[in-house]
Amino acid sequence: MRVALFITCVNDTLFPGTGKAAVGLLRRLGVEVDFPLAQTCCGQMHLNTGYRDEAVRLADRFTTTFAGYDAVVAPSGSCAAMVREQYPHLDIEDIPKVYDLSEFLVDVLGVTDVGAYFPHKVTYHPTCHSLRGLKVGDKPARLLENVRGLELVPLPGAEECCGFGGTFAVKNRDVSAAMCADKIGNVMKTGAEVLCAADNSCLLHLGGTLKRQKSGVRVLHLAEILASTEESAG
Amino acid sequence: MSGVFVGMPAFPKNAAKAVQNSQLRFNLRKATHTIRGKRAAVVGELDDWAELRQAGKTIKDHTLRNLDRYLVQLEEKVTEAGGTVHWARDAAEANRIVTRLVKDTGETEVVKVKSMATQEIGLNEALAEEGIEAFETDLAELIVQLGDDFPSHILVPAIHRNRAEIRELFLKKMAGAPKDLTDEPRVLAEAARVYLRKRFLESKVAISGANFMIAETGTLVVLESEGNGRMCLTLPKTLISVVGIEKLLPTWQDLEVFLQLLPRSSTGERMNPYTSMWTGATEGQEFHLVLLDNGRTSVLADKVGRQALRCIRCSACLNVCPVYERAGGHAYGSVYPGPIGAILTPQLRGMDTELDRSLPYASSLCGACYEVCPVAIDIPSVLVDLRAKARHSRAEKAGMAAAGWVFNRSKRLAKAQRFGGRMRRLVPKRLPGPLSGWTDTRDLPEIPAESFRDWWIREGKR
Repeated sequence: MRVALFITCVNDTLFPGTGKAAVGLLRRLGVEVDFPLAQTCCGQMHLNTGYRDEAVRLADRFTTTFAGYDAVVAPSGSCAAMVREQYPHLDIEDIPKVYDLSEFLVDVLGVTDVGAYFPHKVTYHPTCHSLRGLKVGDKPARLLENVRGLELVPLPGAEECCGFGGTFAVKNRDVSAAMCADKIGNVMKTGAEVLCAADNSCLLHLGGTLKRQKSGVRVLHLAEILASTEESAG
Repeated sequence: MSGVFVGMPAFPKNAAKAVQNSQLRFNLRKATHTIRGKRAAVVGELDDWAELRQAGKTIKDHTLRNLDRYLVQLEEKVTEAGGTVHWARDAAEANRIVTRLVKDTGETEVVKVKSMATQEIGLNEALAEEGIEAFETDLAELIVQLGDDFPSHILVPAIHRNRAEIRELFLKKMAGAPKDLTDEPRVLAEAARVYLRKRFLESKVAISGANFMIAETGTLVVLESEGNGRMCLTLPKTLISVVGIEKLLPTWQDLEVFLQLLPRSSTGERMNPYTSMWTGATEGQEFHLVLLDNGRTSVLADKVGRQALRCIRCSACLNVCPVYERAGGHAYGSVYPGPIGAILTPQLRGMDTELDRSLPYASSLCGACYEVCPVAIDIPSVLVDLRAKARHSRAEKAGMAAAGWVFNRSKRLAKAQRFGGRMRRLVPKRLPGPLSGWTDTRDLPEIPAESFRDWWIREGKR
């Protein structure tokens, strides 16, 4: 099976740690991943902001870049959902088979215990496009439950949007901030040290607010928790 | 559409005010979460909900595709049954027709059943200009009317008011309200009941909308909770119904699907308390049906947007929407607020004003609305399609073009990343212009010294 990593433009530029964790995790599980250097962005920002033509160009580019791979793994629910759910609306043909990380691990590799160790109290935010777009269900939770040392605490109102929404966060800053405040209120109720999600764009918004509020709660991408081991935890 | 909201600022500005109103936030949160829970419980009871939803969608799509045929069939059947059918191209024409019909009766007062179509065309205001007073008889619509207020929800238009405010309003504005009125819901409802009963018995003309119209028999259907609708539909001598042309169903059998979908999605009940159905005119009474287009045929012509015409006005999408919950209904500047309003209003009114252009952006595209919609309207997709049709600011266009240029070559992206990595210490804590929307409440992430792709080239690849 030829597997490619679609890092996504946000992770590539701002969160290389998530990409390194995904590569490390997949290699640990015996999967050799390729990283086609021609990749850039799936076009989600352009499409969702109203720039369809630009989005179509980027979608075409994506399709060409990842042609020939049996599976494309993306550590981002919304970018994976963009390819799988939105490309058909853009009349893109021969769409590569894209999986969110948790889908690839559970559905393709058939593992829920990835041999990780992370001795912390964690709560998980499912993110809208993973939950309602890709419908990943409890796959991330099953992966987290099998991490040694990890205490998973349920997040109240988990299925509610955090208020990121791409350019929504800037165009509708007040509503976005209000949604974020409520989400963070729920995170604080859990007493978790770490807020985990499978999408760094939501975590950029949530983490930026948590940091501004000096809350002491840190955010981590699912890949980074699953990549942690006794050795890496030191 | 009606002119009552003309001149309102864009959605973000309206919403910014609303999110500061803690009483409003509390009222909306409590109300939407209660209905949300009730809906989830009664929808969860049905094993065949997914099939019902698919059936609802299919029936509506079929009807819309054959609207010309079914509308003519409906007109024939209503006429055969003693009713008179009028066709209204837009709000002004519909208002003219209704005003003339009321004037022909010689009456100067009418009672009204809760109706979105008459709100949409601003009928009450049009009647008032001609010296005709319209009395809303739905409890929530009455509260809105007495308060000289705008509706803020499709199903529960006074959702933004709490009972203390309603008590105040009744004491001040409702003739004959008892002096010892408390804010207990039962007491408030009783006071309204006494006030309305007199209207029902005295009024000679009633105006309604309809939830459904059945083409094969010419029957109109109204679903309601309070029984005020039944009073209006049966007591007065003249009944005038204003109904959007998309409210058609081909046959009685189709109703079976919608009488399950609507109450469960709307009030979270297995069945609503009152369902009234009538075919043409009852003996000794007069019935007029005003079929309203008001932009609907142009919506029908749009390949993506036309699915909005499947809407049965249940408001399930409002009750799950995190944006509606915080911004409130008034921010949408339309009688159709929430996610469905964000796709319906710009299509019916066009996107000529700043407000109407901002509506497709009044969503984080979280998809909760699509999930609960009983006729499977893919609201996020329609929003995105409308965004592509909206006019964009010059600054935004330039920014998006620049981003597109960078993303179109991976070498350009790599260069931009390396530049960012070198400049990372110089990024200010607060960004200027529209980007301040980000840094007002959030810290920026630290820009890494090395992008993932550079790490891959250096040591990731093996």
